[in-house]
Amino acid sequence: MPPTKHPSPSRSPIPGFGLTLGYTMIYLSLIVLVPLAGVFVKAAGLGLDGLWPILGSPRVLSALKLSFGTALIAAAINLVFGMLVAWVFVRYEFPGKRLFDATIDLPFALPTAVAGIALTALYAGNGWVGQFLEPLGIKVAFAPLGIVVALTFIGLPFVVRTVEPVLRDAEKELEEAAASLGATRWQTVRRVVFPAILPALLTGFALAFARGVGEYGSVIFIAGNLPHVSEIAPLLIVIKLEEYGYAGATAVAAAMLVISFALLLVINALQAWTNRYRTQRHVEPALPHPVLQGAGA
Amino acid sequence: MDIRIRHIHKSFGGFPALVDVNLDIRSGELIALLGPSGSGKTTLLRVIAGLEFPDYGEILFGAENMARKPVHERRVGFVFQHYALFKHMSVLDNIAFGLRVRPRSWRPGEAQIRRKAVELLDLVQLGGLERRYPHQLSGGQKQRVALARALAIEPRVLLLDEPFGALDAKVRKDLRRWLRELHERTGYTTVFVTHDQEEALELADRVVIMNRGCLEQVGTVDEVYEHPRTPFVFDFLGGTNVLDAEMHGRKVFLRGAEQPLVTDVIHPDGPADLYVRPGDLRLADPGSPGIDVHVTAVQRTGPIVRASAKLLANGTGISIELPHLHHDAARFHAGATLRLKMMQFCVYPRAASVHAHPITDAPEPTAAQSQERTRA
Repeated sequence: MPPTKHPSPSRSPIPGFGLTLGYTMIYLSLIVLVPLAGVFVKAAGLGLDGLWPILGSPRVLSALKLSFGTALIAAAINLVFGMLVAWVFVRYEFPGKRLFDATIDLPFALPTAVAGIALTALYAGNGWVGQFLEPLGIKVAFAPLGIVVALTFIGLPFVVRTVEPVLRDAEKELEEAAASLGATRWQTVRRVVFPAILPALLTGFALAFARGVGEYGSVIFIAGNLPHVSEIAPLLIVIKLEEYGYAGATAVAAAMLVISFALLLVINALQAWTNRYRTQRHVEPALPHPVLQGAGA
Repeated sequence: MDIRIRHIHKSFGGFPALVDVNLDIRSGELIALLGPSGSGKTTLLRVIAGLEFPDYGEILFGAENMARKPVHERRVGFVFQHYALFKHMSVLDNIAFGLRVRPRSWRPGEAQIRRKAVELLDLVQLGGLERRYPHQLSGGQKQRVALARALAIEPRVLLLDEPFGALDAKVRKDLRRWLRELHERTGYTTVFVTHDQEEALELADRVVIMNRGCLEQVGTVDEVYEHPRTPFVFDFLGGTNVLDAEMHGRKVFLRGAEQPLVTDVIHPDGPADLYVRPGDLRLADPGSPGIDVHVTAVQRTGPIVRASAKLLANGTGISIELPHLHHDAARFHAGATLRLKMMQFCVYPRAASVHAHPITDAPEPTAAQSQERTRA
């Protein structure tokens, strides 16, 4: 005689699961999945024979390389300096701190075109900064370097704002414990503080990178947009669209999607690895359930 | 390592946290800093550790003045109330941390570090858990890992800040006994902070009772319990009844008692407070002097019978505690009128309620000095 089974034991005690899950799925589908799938369907319509000539063309390749390369460099720069900024904001008190704190968010709020124009004016050969760099042979505006500058500007708040709360919540006691065990300040930061904020740093990096890849407004002003040199992939898509090359545009878009997705996957895996000590690890091998075993015999 | 603390002052933004603290900690001693919150006990511990710097004063480890040295140069083992384990490191890595951050010239080899960490893990009875992460341990286990980590650097002194404060009552008791045993086995000079008088009395060789940044009394468990030097100490170590009294020479006149009590300590004549613990009251023998009370309520909590009563003379409330098997216990019931005697009591001149005043010869000269100074 099997024991009486309670009706639907998997039911969560919190009601409304079906409704909320349904809503979430519909929302995700409408906003994210359907448009993305559309890109792939459209691109797939070209067939491999149609795709390769487009993606393999030097202009597209260099645009993709430029977009992802500059986004990675800018995110890496933000990783280092964003951490520094967050550290300073959390750990030190200084006059005007709140004002500085507010300016960090400016790249979030500013229309990116404004940022692009401002940066171009600064770094152009006759700009405030550019006039000093140009004689040294450093060309920022209308060159790939300018793209890095723009993306760094755009991405900074992502790292600062993700690291800040984690750093603020980091227990002061951990640092005191490390110091009492004989660790110098540097050893404490490297071995105790840094590992604690590493997952947040990676999140910030991923966000800054993703933002950088998709950035358009600020870059097209400062980049100069020379094909093969300083033409980013999103701009190339726009150009292709303007030339009614829908298939080509979707092919580039699909390529960007795939590469972005792969890179974010890698970053996520990295993040999971840095977080490994937070997840439950099974130390003892799981024993077979005694009741199930009995039933089998 | 002998530790001598001399004239330590420390204030936080104008609030005095430590006022002229003087204390000698003997090598190998287990000493408790006991006091209510805000009494400065944790600040004193942190000053010894080097996590806070005193405004003035000296801290001598042996002959070396440590007052200006940062914590990482003092070689002190510090254990925090909330463990402060490094979450991203395994138990073994946590314990090995202190050895791995040593300068290369005197860092042991990796194999040696591991051996030492495993040894320490066995010492704290957690052998086999070296690969776990802190979140996989219970509170008691975490605190033992924290202790092993502190012991790994062979500290000159072991400092524990409310080490059992975050644990539940049962674990706390077990761990207390275990810490006492560990101390006897390892012999590290140990200072721990607690606000739990039971913990201090059970664990420590000597108890330092602190109040408002000053040392009230330093002494063995017996000394502070039997001869509390100030009303504060008396009050802090268990419940208290305070009765109005009048001093004349060695005689204490208590309102409601026909005959004066006699003390062996001379106090100035005048109004005084008589302190008696609820557990030091018993029924007077028939016909002998005592204080008459009217019992208002009796309540039994576990092995203790607690009675509330009022003095017949002036209605002052008084509480009495008896073991439930004591033959007097049966006679306590609401409405009874009984005569009580005091097995032990302390008298403090009225002015002493404000300022510390020694009632016995100071067993600890430094504490007496500090009190003289605070009164001045």
